Amino acid sequence: MSDAFLSVRDLYFTYDDGIEALRNVTLDVYRNELFVLFGPSRAGKSTLLRLCNRLSDLIEHTERQGAITLDGKDIFAADVNISALRRRVSMVFAIPTPLPGSIYANLVYGLKLAGIRDKGELERRVERSLRQAALWDEVKDRLDASALALSGGQRQRLCLARSLALEPEIILLDNPTSGLDPISTATVEESLYELKQRYTIIMVPHSVQQAARVADRAAFLLNGELIEVGRAERMFVHPQDQRTEDYITGRFG
Amino acid sequence: MAVAQKSSELNAPTDTTSQTNWGEWLIEGVIKVAGISSIVIIGLIFLFLLREGLPAFLDIPLRQLFGTRWYPIEDVFGMAPLLVGSLIVTVGAVVIALPLGLTTAIYMGEIAPPWQREILKPIIEVLAGIPSIVLGFLGWIALAPLIQRLGAPTGLTAFTGSLILAYMSLPTIISIAEDALYAVPKEYRDGALAIGATQWQSIWRVVLPAARPGLVIAVMLGIGRAIGETMAVMMVTGNAANIPSLGSGIFFQPVRTMTATIAAEMGEVAQGSLHYSTLFAIGIVLFVISFAINLLAGRLVGMNGVRRSRKGGML
Amino acid sequence: MSRQQTHKLAVGVLTVVAAIVVIPILLVIVYVVWQGLPALSWVFLTEAPRNGMKEGGIMPALLGTIFLTLGTAIVSFPLSIATAIYLAEYAGDNRLTRWIRMAIVNLAGIPSIVYGLFGLGAFVLFMGFGTSILAGSLTLGIMTMPVVISTAEEAILAVPQQFRTVSLSLGASRWQTIRYQVLPHALPGIITGIILGLGRAAGETAPILFTVAAFYLPELPRSIFDQTMALPYHLYVISTQVPGMPLQIQYGTALVLMLIVLSFTLIATLVRTQMRRRREW
Repeated sequence: MSDAFLSVRDLYFTYDDGIEALRNVTLDVYRNELFVLFGPSRAGKSTLLRLCNRLSDLIEHTERQGAITLDGKDIFAADVNISALRRRVSMVFAIPTPLPGSIYANLVYGLKLAGIRDKGELERRVERSLRQAALWDEVKDRLDASALALSGGQRQRLCLARSLALEPEIILLDNPTSGLDPISTATVEESLYELKQRYTIIMVPHSVQQAARVADRAAFLLNGELIEVGRAERMFVHPQDQRTEDYITGRFG
Repeated sequence: MAVAQKSSELNAPTDTTSQTNWGEWLIEGVIKVAGISSIVIIGLIFLFLLREGLPAFLDIPLRQLFGTRWYPIEDVFGMAPLLVGSLIVTVGAVVIALPLGLTTAIYMGEIAPPWQREILKPIIEVLAGIPSIVLGFLGWIALAPLIQRLGAPTGLTAFTGSLILAYMSLPTIISIAEDALYAVPKEYRDGALAIGATQWQSIWRVVLPAARPGLVIAVMLGIGRAIGETMAVMMVTGNAANIPSLGSGIFFQPVRTMTATIAAEMGEVAQGSLHYSTLFAIGIVLFVISFAINLLAGRLVGMNGVRRSRKGGML
Repeated sequence: MSRQQTHKLAVGVLTVVAAIVVIPILLVIVYVVWQGLPALSWVFLTEAPRNGMKEGGIMPALLGTIFLTLGTAIVSFPLSIATAIYLAEYAGDNRLTRWIRMAIVNLAGIPSIVYGLFGLGAFVLFMGFGTSILAGSLTLGIMTMPVVISTAEEAILAVPQQFRTVSLSLGASRWQTIRYQVLPHALPGIITGIILGLGRAAGETAPILFTVAAFYLPELPRSIFDQTMALPYHLYVISTQVPGMPLQIQYGTALVLMLIVLSFTLIATLVRTQMRRRREW
């Protein structure tokens, strides 16, 4: 417990229409693991993800109780530098969203805002992040080309590279392969194995199968509640809760 | 953990205070102040109108101020003829513009083929762009003589004013009516056609009633536009500040509107005089009228509420 | 009458009415062009009026309108854009925001002559600017605010939400997001709004009656504290106050004014179409 990297404690979160998105959620994420949040839709998984980098701040009229701590520090404390937090805990969204502009511009956008101006450093990070996202070979000759000219799978890898360029500590992946064809999906999943050596990954998977393929540890969420959490080998083979088993075996979903 | 060390440079401790610099804080402050500027400005407008116009309300008993004789030369300031003048011209304008505008909106929205729509829309926008002084000028120089030839003693009548005003209000009425018609769901029309109605029947019995709230708003805003117009009416309504005699000829007599009175007489008054204050008082009345119309229209819109999707939604 | 016949009759009536609306507009434009075009010449546009305005050109009025339009832009632009940014990006869903919107709607509805009174009371008298380009520009600028605010706000809201979300998730602050991801893409729409607003302001007479306009000035204005002539007021004056005014000059003036205002609208529409074509999303 004490060497958990990110901790969620007794978290409640309610939207402005009164709906409780998260109820009494408590879990830990350890360094360099690939932690998966799975469950049926509207279970609160994406909400929890957005709370981790405080993108939830953008939604009006919400209520939150409980805490999320990163390295022991409460991320919702008043003196937290939100920009820095979002660079440390970086999100990739379900729909690939390149910003209008070149591939290069997309990658350095966050870096320049963080104050990195040295061209050499920028180029180094661009190459490094594109390699880690398995996109470098495909675009290295056309970094100035528009990011919107990329295919769906390439765009998503670009978004991943964009996050990686910031050298985050935690990567939040919200259903990253949802719009992708099987080959792109496989490419992304393969990069995950490499990536978790350097980063901690919290991911909402596209399917139970994907979860079982990539997860180290997993948590099953249902209607905002945490039903079960544990190591993937056990969870997907011998779930402890009946509801988990029902969901995994497809009795509902 | 080599990565953690590097990132600590730019992702420096999560517990520093917001490093967004003073420049940003200043810009956001300016924006927030600008945000309330509209409220401040409208307050100022009312304040300054009051400042110059209050003497009229204080020095002239209300009964006289709204009396039926407007005779500045004798220091008699009864606004009733002006109010009636504005009323007549506005009512006339709406009576002309509403059917014209509504039918045009229906035609453009429901019946016209796309190529006609492409032509009609720009023409109406051009009308919206013609400065009121140009229309007033044309009314004065071309329309009034025409109406005179049709029998009115001079061509400068309430009717002339109503006609020009009607055309000026048309773009507003047409555009809002069009929006209202467009907002009626396709299913309504299809449903009517499915049970055998002709297109006209579906329009008349289904679409129009459904669009009614929006159409009412269109009318109200058209009225607001008409009441507030100055130059065009000033040039063609004849500037006779009497209450026209009732009867069928009511529209073909010269009248004076509130707006035209202010424009025509302000140039000749001494600052601070009673006449001067009364003109400002008329301005206050106009301000209140337009405020009331907007309030009412706003209530009606609120009932059809359009809730825009706000920032901060999930991606 | 059978239902089909009613339908055909109704369609016929509608078509005729639509024609009644549209044809006079075309006639008006054609008539003004026909009557006024002969007057148009380089001389007309660059010379001052002579002989009690019955000869010569409209240059001082034209220049005055240009000055006032510039002044309107300077006054209206910053405040309106800032208000639009506030409404689109910062305003919460609360009572204050509702009041602000109500204020803007009301500002849009205030009769132009009342703006003239306001300008007189506030700028000419209270601030002591006298009848001047300054007072006129301030008055016109405030009058133009509602239309610029609403077009600008629309343009800002049209920028896809995901640009903001992505920008913020990459560590940008709210203002940085606005500056780098929102405003650049909203700019064409904002500019359209300004151009439209300026076109309207250029054609206005009532607000400048008491705040800046002069019947006839022997010299051109030399500072913003001077009066100036202006096209809309000039047209009013020569058509109603000067006996024996040649018709051609009147129509010519009306034509020039109309062309100026219409060209603003045209430019705005062109900008809008160009922007739609070049949009990157």
